[in-house]
Amino acid sequence: MSEKFSLSIEDLHVSYQLSGSAGKNKIARAVDGVSLQLHPGETLALVGESGSGKTSIANAVMRLLEPTSGKILLDGVDLVPLQGSELRAMRRNFQMIFQDPFESLDPRQRVIETVMEPLEIHGIGENQEQRRDLALAALAQAGLRPAADIGDRFTHQLSGGQRQRVAIASAIILKPSLIIADEPVSMLDVSLRAGILRVMADLRDQLGVSYLFITHDLSLAWMFADRIAVIYLGRIVEEASAVDLIENPMHPYTKALVSVIPVPEAIEGASRTILSGEIPSPSSIPSGCRFHPRCPLFRELGEPEKCLNEDPLLQISAKSESHLVACFFSDPSKGDTQ
Amino acid sequence: MSRKDATLTTHGFKYFLRKLWRDPMGRWGLLILLITSFVAVICPIFFPFDPSKVGVDASSILTGPSQTHWLGSDELGRDVLRQFFSGARISLFVGIMATIISTIVGSGIGVFAGYYMGRLDGFLMRITDFFLVVPALPLMIALGAIFGQNITVIIMVIGFLSWPRTARIVRSQTLSLRQRQFVPRAKSLGSTNLRIIRTHITPHVMPLIVANTILVVAGCILSEATLSFIGLGDPDRISWGTMLHFSFVSGAIGRGAWWYFLPPGFGILFIVLGFTLVGHSFEKITNPRHRGES
Repeated sequence: MSEKFSLSIEDLHVSYQLSGSAGKNKIARAVDGVSLQLHPGETLALVGESGSGKTSIANAVMRLLEPTSGKILLDGVDLVPLQGSELRAMRRNFQMIFQDPFESLDPRQRVIETVMEPLEIHGIGENQEQRRDLALAALAQAGLRPAADIGDRFTHQLSGGQRQRVAIASAIILKPSLIIADEPVSMLDVSLRAGILRVMADLRDQLGVSYLFITHDLSLAWMFADRIAVIYLGRIVEEASAVDLIENPMHPYTKALVSVIPVPEAIEGASRTILSGEIPSPSSIPSGCRFHPRCPLFRELGEPEKCLNEDPLLQISAKSESHLVACFFSDPSKGDTQ
Repeated sequence: MSRKDATLTTHGFKYFLRKLWRDPMGRWGLLILLITSFVAVICPIFFPFDPSKVGVDASSILTGPSQTHWLGSDELGRDVLRQFFSGARISLFVGIMATIISTIVGSGIGVFAGYYMGRLDGFLMRITDFFLVVPALPLMIALGAIFGQNITVIIMVIGFLSWPRTARIVRSQTLSLRQRQFVPRAKSLGSTNLRIIRTHITPHVMPLIVANTILVVAGCILSEATLSFIGLGDPDRISWGTMLHFSFVSGAIGRGAWWYFLPPGFGILFIVLGFTLVGHSFEKITNPRHRGES
């Protein structure tokens, strides 16, 4: 069953032990039971506020931190039990594009060295010349031309957009089946974002790579992704195709996010829902539905007991097989009968 | 491989040399070091010192500067100037060799402790603390007394007692480098820890190690002078410290034979000053936190 997925995350938990006087023996559940599936060549956007656990998911999949429990299947192979050289050999199949291109590239390396590094690590290419040629091809593919000219520069001499292209080039050079992009354009000027996203989209078409695209920006997810999963406090609250999620959001949290997407003209009758308060700490997750303290629907319905006591599961909605939502009252059809 | 080296030297030698020259402190230091290394390396070739070439009778002992002995003679009637030249060579040699040991041990321990953190860090830092608080001089005297008055022993003793500062400095720099995003990036590419240390950590701590090394040379030369002055030097290889020792025990100071004790005294002063000036100037260049202070 898992064979047909590029990436399949099953019931992933990531918790941190908080130390220090304030939170002795407190446990922060950053990722609290997340399951996601990604088809080959598909782009899934993971959307959430800062503190929602989306970067923890990325780091857990990249095995940069140890998941507390759960499975991470890449092309059917569970990554979680892998250690040492087995894990390192496996890493060529999944790569990451980091958020901050000013931090993720070693400023003392030349561009060409940065891109050749993965080849050297995995012993690809017979000699330096061949690796160099592969690296130059990857740089050109990432839209850095003339590649030879840019290759000789140091990464600290490049602009943010160019650096992120270098990061992309070094991520695709191993021809991975999965690329995790953690807010790849959030540190860049708005004018450069479209260019980077276009390169990433082109590579998806050319190489058939699947993306786990992590962002806080719902409109960006809508533009770039096939499917969107909205995460709140370590749990997926809604998952649907990008178009469906934006046009028919069901979960009150998603509704609020969609309502504040800037649009050129105010849509008739549409009102903006501004959520009150901040996302709670993952060390003190609210009881029942974790969203209830900030939920407009909860207040509208007169604070039903169910939201306070029961944790809603991510379930197929009445509308569509592929639209999943975790809310007791989001379905208008069900809601009417209640 | 040559490309990797090119990376290290892009901000390399010439760049730092030019920066040093622009800083008055660095310029004076460089000048002093240039003069002392000329004295230590070139002069002994033209004016070799033969310790067995003693004076013929009592009249040649502790004579003042003259046509034959420009800086007079010592208590055995030997030429002080020639002794001064060869002493410079020994002092510099011991200082530099001890520094090499100290730097290798110190930066190795610092990088590993800082990179691996946790238990290994704790263990290595306790060892470092131990060597940091051990009173160095009495231990040097004891070890020197046990292993004998031999130049190799002196180098080892000084080298193995002067690394803790280096280890501390390198460790703290490594700890902050480890937080940089290019470390997890390298890891996600499949790098081993040793490879990350070699290609991403070491090049970044290198300028710091170099700056610190220059300062350590000054300390090691001073330690050697101290040991030799108390009489633990190698009697066959007379350094400036040994010269001071013999001038002291032969009563040259009491007799006012200034030509015997002033040259090595000032020699030590200058060489230490030179290394210290260059070291601090280099530190100023490489550490952005010091920039703009002077």
